[in-house]
Amino acid sequence: MVERVTELMDKPQFIRNIGIVAHIDHGKTTLSDNLLAGAGMISEELAGRQLFMDSDEEEQARGITIDASNVSMVHEYGGEEYLINMIDTPGHVDFGGDVTRAMRAVDGAVVVVDAVEGTMPQTETVLRQALKEGVRPVLFINKVDRLINELKVDQQEMQIRLARVIDKVNKLIKGMNEKMYNEGWKLDAAKGTVAFGSALYKWAVSVPYMQKSGVSFKDVYEKCQSGDMKWLAKSSPLHAVLLDMVVKHLPDPTVAQKRRIPIIWHGDKDVSEGKAMLNCDPNGPVCLMITDISFDPHAGEVATGRLFAGTLRRGTELYVMGTAKKVNRLTQVGIFMGAERIEVEGLPAGNIAAVTGLKDAIVGSTVTTLMEMTPFEALKHYSEPVMTVAVEAKNMKDLPKLVEVLRQVAKEDPTITVSINEETGEHLISGMGELHLEIVTGRIKRDKGVEIITSPPIVVYRETVTGRAGPVEGKSPNRHNRFYLELEPMDQKITALIQQGEVSMNQQALERRDVLTAAGMDKEEAKNVRAIEGTNIFLDMTKGIQYLNETMELILDGWREALAGGPLADEQVQNLKVRLVDVKLHEDAIHRGPAQVIPAVRAAIKGGMLMANDTLLEPVQKIQITVPADQLGAATSQIQGRRGQVFDMQSEGDTMTVVGKAPVAELFGFAGDIRSATEGRAMWSTEFAGFEVVPAGIVDEVVRAIRKRKGLKEQMPRPDDYLA
Amino acid sequence: MESRTGPAAPSSCSHDGCYRPVPGCRAHAANRGPPGVLIFVGLGLYDERDISVKGLECVRNAGHVFLEAYTSRLMGTDISRMERLYGKRVQVLTREDVELNQEIILDRARTADVAFLTGGDPMVSTTHTDLRMRAAAAGIETLIIPGASIASAVCALSGLQNYRFGKSCSIPFPAPGWFPTTPLETIAGNRTLNLHTLVYLDIQQERYMRVAEAIELIEAMAERSGTPAPDLYVGIARAGSGRPCVAAGTGERLKSVDFGPPLHILIVPGDLHPMEREYLEMFAGL
Ligand SMILES: Nc1nc2c(ncn2[C@@H]2O[C@H](COP(=O)(O)OP(=O)(O)O)[C@@H](O)[C@H]2O)c(=O)[nH]1
Repeated sequence: MVERVTELMDKPQFIRNIGIVAHIDHGKTTLSDNLLAGAGMISEELAGRQLFMDSDEEEQARGITIDASNVSMVHEYGGEEYLINMIDTPGHVDFGGDVTRAMRAVDGAVVVVDAVEGTMPQTETVLRQALKEGVRPVLFINKVDRLINELKVDQQEMQIRLARVIDKVNKLIKGMNEKMYNEGWKLDAAKGTVAFGSALYKWAVSVPYMQKSGVSFKDVYEKCQSGDMKWLAKSSPLHAVLLDMVVKHLPDPTVAQKRRIPIIWHGDKDVSEGKAMLNCDPNGPVCLMITDISFDPHAGEVATGRLFAGTLRRGTELYVMGTAKKVNRLTQVGIFMGAERIEVEGLPAGNIAAVTGLKDAIVGSTVTTLMEMTPFEALKHYSEPVMTVAVEAKNMKDLPKLVEVLRQVAKEDPTITVSINEETGEHLISGMGELHLEIVTGRIKRDKGVEIITSPPIVVYRETVTGRAGPVEGKSPNRHNRFYLELEPMDQKITALIQQGEVSMNQQALERRDVLTAAGMDKEEAKNVRAIEGTNIFLDMTKGIQYLNETMELILDGWREALAGGPLADEQVQNLKVRLVDVKLHEDAIHRGPAQVIPAVRAAIKGGMLMANDTLLEPVQKIQITVPADQLGAATSQIQGRRGQVFDMQSEGDTMTVVGKAPVAELFGFAGDIRSATEGRAMWSTEFAGFEVVPAGIVDEVVRAIRKRKGLKEQMPRPDDYLA
Repeated sequence: MESRTGPAAPSSCSHDGCYRPVPGCRAHAANRGPPGVLIFVGLGLYDERDISVKGLECVRNAGHVFLEAYTSRLMGTDISRMERLYGKRVQVLTREDVELNQEIILDRARTADVAFLTGGDPMVSTTHTDLRMRAAAAGIETLIIPGASIASAVCALSGLQNYRFGKSCSIPFPAPGWFPTTPLETIAGNRTLNLHTLVYLDIQQERYMRVAEAIELIEAMAERSGTPAPDLYVGIARAGSGRPCVAAGTGERLKSVDFGPPLHILIVPGDLHPMEREYLEMFAGL
């Protein structure tokens, strides 16, 4: 097996890099395991009992998949062998960020949808993430056996239901990327881009495979009903049908990279690395994007990523963009098979690599043999941290170890943010929800062996301005340096472009200017973008000011410090546009150093934000609840009773689906409450839906509570506090 | 050279040589405005005995004595020796105190005469103009007693003519994201006019920039901006002490000279006049 894998990895046309994405419980793990077993990577019995890809104990205990891990399989199609690199992705939306990074590594995705439940909110989320990354989808409709045996639909009804799922997914694709939809990404059972089956009972059918095997829908229906699914698994095996579809319809790296590189990398396409990546050239400079980091007790830190150009060998000297220009030397180069890593001599472009020796890399890093390279677009997380817990070591002796472990955890999971405070020993972890944080802290205790005390979770807020202010004068402590700034809210259209990665500082200046002016930004402004941080933008509108250039980095530092904690509640700032309109600087460099410039700019922005009507935003979650019709009242009151809002209700048969939203601050204990309110008969899911203004009636109270908790002056801040 | 301000005070003192805080001056008693005066006193260059006699009188008579010790430092002495000489306690101020919490100084000056001590001259290389303006704005009278400044001491030690100095500049210790190259531009600008440049070296807490470090930073700036580095420097250490060190030469040579303990300062000369050259040959090993 090892030889077959290593032989194929040099031939990009015979490689497929894929991911499987699904709403939780739709059968992704079962599918992954049975594909592996079918391809001979693990034994069939093992696949039945042990969830192969759930290598984390936590995942098995909870029965959900958390970490993206990697496997390779060999599949024969049309007389040729193909290497299929498969990245597992989590199915719980609390971990939506992991799906994003897995999608960066792959070129194609198998979207799994439960035939009974149909598409769910997270189906939509993960599909959007795939399309955003330029990843091509195919569809597997799973649990068809349940349709027949549990819902007892007849043959015709079965066909109608399956067609409805395909329609729904097609609508989503069309809505998200109409261009690709028209260019062949529309799913079509007749063309073979859709398969149907049962991951659990290891069979599947597709139109092309039916022609080959002679197994018809009628056979499927009858064999399911009579309980002879073994026959189906033999005549139309899951792995053969699925992997045929993957090989035939999902692109190989050479094809995919031509389309995907312009989406995920905004450097100059005519320079050597640009050309090499477009051509998936193994002889070009190494261009590697890290999508996962894990800790192996033997090898240490293992970095996994997609190699877009060049060839990796042991000893290859690489630079990690965005860090000090220190050489990182590869100590091992490998690819995954199951949970095992096998070392290889050299690994060429187009593969998913697992390497050790990249000391400076984190998830999202751009790694290259070049000293300078435009980094890949940052991984966009569709969910943002909305909750924070404080953790402390239980035993004094663990203090240093906890810091170490927190750094590791932050490296492994880019969707959490960790802030370490060595002085107080109280560290903060922010994540995407209660469950997410429970898992992270659980992992610290169990896997890393550090006993910790965890505070109850706290909601993460944001600040933004709703009015304009300026020019605001920021004075340096010695008063010899003055900065004049104007503040206003960002145009929503432009924040959207930043969030989607259409506008970034990695982009060529000209390209950025064009996108911004097309979106309605003033031409002069679009030309003068100096920095983008989150959804905040800094514009330098000044002309010909002496010494400004060498002071700019300090000005931006001051701006970033203000963004890290706004004046109202010391919460992160978003959607703020700052224009620098004039500057007066001291003649001598020492008198306009960091100690002078940073506080001046920070104070001007904080004071200015208060003048521009700084407001508090809170995270909001979209909630979908499906209940039997007679429980409808209980379900809607669970949303409405939490400062929530119901905006859609639909009935299907005797069940009702309620869609609404509610602030995270009110959702503590939601799981238990909805269960008892509906006698455990509700199916529900939540999803991050952005930050919204805290209602005027309670904002003062919320701000005061935050300020008190953070040890800030309880009194409401005024511009004068900053602009003395 | 003396000057005084304060909205409620007379614009000049008619009683020649008399300073307001000196007790027993009857000529002044009648004119006395608000109770306190903020007196800026230059301490000169090296130790506690470089203060002027007038300055010393002011300090001895002051109600409160502050010492600003972050822009320059008297390396040849310490606080306790100063206190012994003044017969007064000295309160040391940090940068934050002077820049952000000026009220602590102004408050004292509202009720009593306050001496604000600085190394060198109070207004030359430092920026206490701000404090004086704030005091005046608060209705507090101010007075300045100059001290010997490094700006003139370097002329004496190097023989470079005072008339030929252009703009001066400072070299800061670089910080992350901040490596100004303007000092080199100032040097080059002066050089094209054939002028000397006095280069102040950064002081941060217990860190004093030395001549060799400064030359290395200048060379790094030259490399960054793709311009040639100067080929002649004059380094000076411990001006005002009994054992100053003065050396002239190329960057390469000066980097290997042991200038000894701080403070250090540097000059990048223009073309040397024959007198200047001979002086440097005699006193600075050129
Ligand atoms: N009846 C039936 N159950 C299935 C099928 N596929 C998965 N399941 C069950 O659905 C549940 C969730 O599957 P799992 O693979 O863990 O879903 P994941 O959360 O998407 O990884 C498990 O109890 C599986 O046994 C199927 O094809 N038919």
